[in-house]
Amino acid sequence: MSDAAMTSEPHDETAPASSAMPDTAMPAGDRAIVPADSIAGRALVAVIAIMTFLAALTLGAVVLIRAAASEWQSDVAREVTIQIKPVSGRNIDADVSKAADIATGLAGVAGVRPYSRAESARLLEPWLGTGLTLDDLPVPRLIVVRIATDATPDLAALAKALTDQIPGASLDDHRGWIDRMRAMGRTAVAIGLGLLVLVLAATTLSVTFATGGAMAANRAIIEVLHFVGAKDAFIAAQFQRHFLLLGLKGGVIGGVAAMLLFALAGLFGDWFKGTAGEEQVSALFGSFALGPEGYGAIVGLIALIAAVTAGTSRVTVYRTLGSIE
Amino acid sequence: MVRFENVGLRYGLGPEVLRDLSFRVDPHSFQFLTGPSGAGKTSLLRLLYLSLKPTRGLITLFGHDVATLSPDALATLRRRVGIVFQDFRLLDHISTYENVALPLRVLGREEASYRDEVMELLHWVGLGERMWARPPVLSGGEKQRAAIARAVIARPQLLLADEPTGNVDPVLARRLLRLFIELNKSGTSVVIATHDIALMDLLDARRLVLHEGRMHIYE
Repeated sequence: MSDAAMTSEPHDETAPASSAMPDTAMPAGDRAIVPADSIAGRALVAVIAIMTFLAALTLGAVVLIRAAASEWQSDVAREVTIQIKPVSGRNIDADVSKAADIATGLAGVAGVRPYSRAESARLLEPWLGTGLTLDDLPVPRLIVVRIATDATPDLAALAKALTDQIPGASLDDHRGWIDRMRAMGRTAVAIGLGLLVLVLAATTLSVTFATGGAMAANRAIIEVLHFVGAKDAFIAAQFQRHFLLLGLKGGVIGGVAAMLLFALAGLFGDWFKGTAGEEQVSALFGSFALGPEGYGAIVGLIALIAAVTAGTSRVTVYRTLGSIE
Repeated sequence: MVRFENVGLRYGLGPEVLRDLSFRVDPHSFQFLTGPSGAGKTSLLRLLYLSLKPTRGLITLFGHDVATLSPDALATLRRRVGIVFQDFRLLDHISTYENVALPLRVLGREEASYRDEVMELLHWVGLGERMWARPPVLSGGEKQRAAIARAVIARPQLLLADEPTGNVDPVLARRLLRLFIELNKSGTSVVIATHDIALMDLLDARRLVLHEGRMHIYE
């Protein structure tokens, strides 16, 4: 290019006035083939953040409900009750003591707590009022038997030993309650999972369409790269990297917001610990602490949404390239 | 370099817009592609830069039957072709320098290896002081020169230009023509699609004239 004709630079008289301004220093951050910041990109981040937040809330709620349902069952299953009805001619206090001894001797029993006469009377206070003498009433006595964690004591043998040795004794293993609890817990978890599937499907669809919309603005870039000789994989990689970052950005904003919300709810639970309201709530829902499993699931959700965003951009690039030729 | 044999092109189920085109573009040659509006100049250029597939006939580019090549192989062939689009197709979000360097970036070259080359070319086309400006603030003529610089930066063997002087005044048009002539002298085959008779009269070059989808060649 040393020819004299070429050394005379073309001059454009139509150039705007600003063109006269020398501009020789290379500015920083001017190299991204895919625009780093655009209106469509910001809108996509907002959509992803909102959908991730909603999906993470649903996911966290399902994790809490599952843990609470499991806790209800195990709480009830960890206790059995021995009931001793008064039988004429027998000393009920002696029978209570004997039944407690039999239960204590059973392998897998963590503790035995017989209710005293006064405690049994207190159980009836809501119905009979206070100040009554219950000595003449045939009030049954209760013994709560606490079962050790992970132990499976032979409750059938305990029931048999009690009925054989103590007339009027019976064992309630709460089987009916446990079955109902289990059914209720399963239903609650199934409903939660159903909702989670719906929210995840809505999230995936929203993210897919929003990514497709953001990609539409980039068709010109795909075409230019194609015509200057970029291979399809190179073009796809440029967009995939960019949209993976957008997906992660939106996902982290929404996911972390949901995590903070759960952490705050757990903190409020701790503040109100011991109050009647807190006890009711924790009896129903357990604690609001998600635990590592819940937080891990939200992190997985963020990764999934980022992957969906990147994957959609890749598919869109190949579809656009297919339409060029 | 380029060989068309009985090439026909139709869009969808419509009539053939190009019929029985048979011609060659030889190495180091210079030709104008001309004809009235709607004659099929842009369609023929799109066939040449592999943006369209013919409905019939054979197109050979650099000795390869383009119908049989994979997308990656076609991309490799495109790197040997420089294209100046009528609407420039510069990327508005990056600087003129980055636009011109794009063909080298997609080759995987490090910026340090081509920086001087790109700057020299930008000075050569008169954009030395505008290299960090973005296309939206460039004038029509500056965009035109940026588009030409991008088309030639990777030293293509074939240069295709669609109405490259359509947006500039006659003085600048002549200068741009000189630029194409110099490229041709340095070994690049040049095909310029234009309907600017005055521009074609400036140079005694081969003319490929399209009329109603058929080609007439004036050597």
